[in-house]
Amino acid sequence: MTASRGDAVERKRMTPLIRLQVEPFDAARESAKLTHGRSDIGAVVTFTGICRGDESGRSLAAMTLEHFPEMAEAEIARHVEDALRRWPLLGVTVIHRYGRLTPGEEIVLVIAAASHRNEAFAAAEFLMDFLKTRAPFWKQVEYADGAHWVDAKATDDALAARWDEPAGRAAE
Amino acid sequence: MKLRYFAWVRERVGKPEEDIELPASVTTIADLMDFLAQRGEEYAHAFENPKVIRAAIDRTHVRADRAITGAREIAFFPPMTGG
Repeated sequence: MTASRGDAVERKRMTPLIRLQVEPFDAARESAKLTHGRSDIGAVVTFTGICRGDESGRSLAAMTLEHFPEMAEAEIARHVEDALRRWPLLGVTVIHRYGRLTPGEEIVLVIAAASHRNEAFAAAEFLMDFLKTRAPFWKQVEYADGAHWVDAKATDDALAARWDEPAGRAAE
Repeated sequence: MKLRYFAWVRERVGKPEEDIELPASVTTIADLMDFLAQRGEEYAHAFENPKVIRAAIDRTHVRADRAITGAREIAFFPPMTGG
């Protein structure tokens, strides 16, 4: 996609990229795709979530992500639209993997591009907080003694709640 | 109406989805969880603590007091742990 420089109309037509996939992604390549041929973008924040080798202090062999495909796409799209209303973003990419992942493998990618860094940082953090608490994905970890579903963390809910407005949709 | 289950709710119920006929008395998500909990041991186990279970109507998050009128698909699942 090519975008004309600093064109407000082009900005409105920015199409976010949302992908759910089993295969790995290339964060650098995805970031380059967003910025290629453009000079209106002044800041790109790229967040990559990686499968750790431990969960709650116990070492794990692998992690399997289950998801609700149709709802995950719709829910992520809703939050991307919300981000676009909050900040003047010039590009958004969200890629979430599912299936079995081993420690060191990438799980999720969020890229936010904007004219200025504060908007890009805020939008990337906002999107990650909502992916953690509202996107229909569930992690099951494999320990030496068997598989366990990961419990949701209250700290993640608290982080997501920071973004609530008085009539916030998160309370829905 | 189509029901879908995910993660440990799916494991406890023992199936990922099913079609079900509901009595007229079941009008909210909370009613539906009560109704399902009485369908057998596996359902009783899955819905033993309805407060922790999340629901979606036609792929949108809803609270337990939401009416299910007109819903085509209702999903039940644990709190999400993606990202």
